[in-house]
Amino acid sequence: MNILNLEGTEDTPKIIFDNQNKVYEISGRSLPEDSAEFFQPVLDWLDEYKNAPDAETAFQFKLEYFNTASSKLILDILSKLEEVDGAKVTWYFHEDDEDMEEAGEEFSELVDVPFEFKTY
Amino acid sequence: MKYIYDLHKTMINKNLILVYEGEFTQDITKSVLAMAERNLESMGEESGIKRKVFNVMVECLQNICKHSETFDEETYGKTTAIFMIGKHDSEYFITSGNPILSDSVAAISSKLENINSLDKDGLKQLYKDIIKNGRLSEKGGAGLGFVDMARKSGKKLTFDFEPINEHLSFFSLKTTIPRN
Repeated sequence: MNILNLEGTEDTPKIIFDNQNKVYEISGRSLPEDSAEFFQPVLDWLDEYKNAPDAETAFQFKLEYFNTASSKLILDILSKLEEVDGAKVTWYFHEDDEDMEEAGEEFSELVDVPFEFKTY
Repeated sequence: MKYIYDLHKTMINKNLILVYEGEFTQDITKSVLAMAERNLESMGEESGIKRKVFNVMVECLQNICKHSETFDEETYGKTTAIFMIGKHDSEYFITSGNPILSDSVAAISSKLENINSLDKDGLKQLYKDIIKNGRLSEKGGAGLGFVDMARKSGKKLTFDFEPINEHLSFFSLKTTIPRN
């Protein structure tokens, strides 16, 4: 499996999906001009990974901020995780960021994937 | 040259801390955001308020970017827009003004009126309905911008349309973020 590794920028998140080191994380800020184009590699990666996933895969979402266009794509990614056997999500939010906590709760209500919430 | 002083006074009287008038692109959006962020930082604003202001700014700026792409210069001439942030003791206000097709005034207006008629739970439900069933527009918008702005604000969105010419209207929008 290829390693997906995108450095974060001021308007795009850092993304590492690395099956060798068992790291699956999206973190930082997401407000790209074209969110569909930006997140397509993540969806493609998951499409391949779902064919032979590990028994358990823990996906970390550690977002500081995302715009509404990104939220649509985050839902697409989470929906794709429904097809990955053994997938679970850890949703991180800053301890005083109720909006990010609520956003995670809403996503967890929209998809059928186990969610765990953690503060940082 | 007096207009310079007048503009300066207007900005102070209206409590404006940042005004940008011109073309809107993703690069300009990033610059305006960086400037506003530094501004809020230097005023020592609380992080929760800063995040909400940032959030509304992004939706506002990206809305303008997406809509300004609609107008080819040959048909409509050069169109520019304005973006402002103001600060009062009890609230921030984020305002934008941009040209839109007069044909879309009714649709935007009814969308905003619907949002303003909803309470917190109603907005949450609307958000979930759109994110679940909606599709990204050709321009990459999720159709969630106004709903998100209203949710972050907790107040009604204020808006207005002024005719510019036979094709275009000037759409003004104001979002308030309480500081307490």
